[in-house]
Amino acid sequence: MTGWVDTALVLLTLTSLLLLGSSRLTRCIRIVAFQGVVLGVLTVTARPTELSLRILMLAAAIVGLKGVTFPWLLSRVLRDAAVRREVDPVVGYIGSLLLGTLMLAVSFWLSARLPLPMPAISGLLVPVALFTTLAGLFLIVTRRTALTQVLAYLVLENGIYVFGVGVVQGTPMLVELGVLLDVFVVVFVMGIAIFHINREFDHIDTDQLTALKDWTA
Amino acid sequence: MLLALLLIPTLGAVAAYFITHHTVRRTLLVATAVAHAATVTATWVAPPAAIWGGWLQLDALGGLFLSITSGLFLAAALYSVGYLGRENSEARRDFEEGLLFANAPEATFTSCLLLFLAAMTLVAVSHRFGLLWVAIEMTTLASAPLIYFHRHHRSLEATWKYLLICSVGIALALLGNFFLAVAASDHGGQPIPLVLSELIGRASELHVAWLKAAFLLLLVGYGTKMGLAPMHTWLPDAHSEAPSVVSALLSGALLNCAFLGILRVQQVCVAAGQGAFGQDLLVGFGLLSMAVAAAFIVGQSDYKRMLAYSSVEHMGLLALGVGLGGVATFGALLHAVNHSLTKAMLFLVAGNILAAYQSKSTADVRGVLRVLPASGVLWVIGFLAITGTPPFGLFVSEFTILRGAFDQGRNAVAVAYLALLAVVFVGMASTVLRMAQGAPGGREQNPLPAREPALAIVSPAILALLVLVLGLYIPPLVRHAILEAARALG
Repeated sequence: MTGWVDTALVLLTLTSLLLLGSSRLTRCIRIVAFQGVVLGVLTVTARPTELSLRILMLAAAIVGLKGVTFPWLLSRVLRDAAVRREVDPVVGYIGSLLLGTLMLAVSFWLSARLPLPMPAISGLLVPVALFTTLAGLFLIVTRRTALTQVLAYLVLENGIYVFGVGVVQGTPMLVELGVLLDVFVVVFVMGIAIFHINREFDHIDTDQLTALKDWTA
Repeated sequence: MLLALLLIPTLGAVAAYFITHHTVRRTLLVATAVAHAATVTATWVAPPAAIWGGWLQLDALGGLFLSITSGLFLAAALYSVGYLGRENSEARRDFEEGLLFANAPEATFTSCLLLFLAAMTLVAVSHRFGLLWVAIEMTTLASAPLIYFHRHHRSLEATWKYLLICSVGIALALLGNFFLAVAASDHGGQPIPLVLSELIGRASELHVAWLKAAFLLLLVGYGTKMGLAPMHTWLPDAHSEAPSVVSALLSGALLNCAFLGILRVQQVCVAAGQGAFGQDLLVGFGLLSMAVAAAFIVGQSDYKRMLAYSSVEHMGLLALGVGLGGVATFGALLHAVNHSLTKAMLFLVAGNILAAYQSKSTADVRGVLRVLPASGVLWVIGFLAITGTPPFGLFVSEFTILRGAFDQGRNAVAVAYLALLAVVFVGMASTVLRMAQGAPGGREQNPLPAREPALAIVSPAILALLVLVLGLYIPPLVRHAILEAARALG
């Protein structure tokens, strides 16, 4: 099963790099959805000996939320919100990709400094988790629209989840569910906020026009 | 009893959501606050037993922070009865830009307010790190709708920033929790459960490198929520755009709760013999926060933002106090009590000024002492208290922290601390005194109310009285509680 785990981890790294260089929002949403599915695969393959109904349910929940529900919600926002379809980055795509490779190197260096006290399921696990987290952080800082920030937040969460599922044993179900639920609620609330932001800034009435004139005068 | 503490506000929140009658709902809000405060008082007399296998328990540190939260919530609930009476649900004109907006439904507001209390209570009683994390995340989710009570685009922007920045912080804190779990995984044997007492008891078995990394992540994560510079950027926006009642709770109660999250890991670090590592970081972040806050307080043209930056300053002070250790730890915890009371009172008074003058700009507000005599006096008292002037409680706690610095022979820290306090004093004095004195006048000469509603004065007046009392005399019960809490931090 280590082959599966390593494949999943490499796929995660590649999708994050792909995201750093993507300009179209629909494409970004699809990439993040794919990451969600990979996380589900990782959940099942991480501990094949301990495979239980609990793990399968968790994996199903991950794929359902991160792979299907969130992307669907976000594409709906994108469709309704008539926002610009392109990402408007602070750092350009080439620059993002170069910095991405740098982050990957830093992740490997950091994980070499912090050796795991127990045997890991894969040597790639910690560096990939750190890289995905860093990439998420970087995207939050450098992408400007609310929608891309939510996507970046999901990538950040994905990285943390990779670490959790691969390294931490014996986390009680309650906490796992709490984590999932929290992510769900956060994205849900953020979705509502995006909806309001859109409504607030896009609709134009006469009041707003006089106010703007007043404001510039 | 612990379950009752959590259930009272939760059930109140559910009920408040469905009650349509304003008077009934407002009565329920105050009644819930009273019941919660009464239960918290009862825990002082009879410490409640731990439940759920030690996941929920109330120690001295949690009890201290819970008492602050509960007391402040009671004051805020009383104040909000009057506040909600003024804020009806009709569309209104925004005084800054003239746009139309409506407030969120009052039922939602009250419900979220009570959920917020429930979440903060859970923070205080959680002894399991995962649960503590969930609780702190819950406080974010419960308070975001509160900040977005006034539905105009500035408060929306503030809410968005709050949600995003705090969620990123909390995500890093989750990673910190995982790191802690790695640190607690015994070599091949049974991993140590992430319960505070277990971690402290077996602290020598923790992996030091992972523990340090965990502390760093948790400090950055919860520090974001606490408003430590440079992760404080959400705070001035949220505090200035939220209704004043909410700002009072955010500043006085929520920031403390996030601080408690940091203190819990520090407890583990101390037990593992790594206390100095955490303390150095806390001193650094503390001084940086004070410096950043001082820079923004001087010449601040929005008085609610000024108060928000003052919170950043005082959170820095708390971190500094705990970082210095020894007697300064006692000072920091005493300061947490004093700061909460004073800052909540100042925000409530700022709400009165805002209601009368319809402007948050310091340039538009003049002659508060003459227009709103009671609020004016409280505003000046609050300023004197928050800047640590004797005889108020903050003088005592700030002085104790200073003594702690000299005790440790850290003279450079002490000098920087004093200099920053002086800058803040001057910065706030010029703003506050200019607002208080002079001839009355608001923007466009708004018709100013002839008299202030009693409900708007009672809460801040009581809080001011408490700060004054704490400056003159610390009751033995309170002193004992703070000493106990300080002992937990080594």
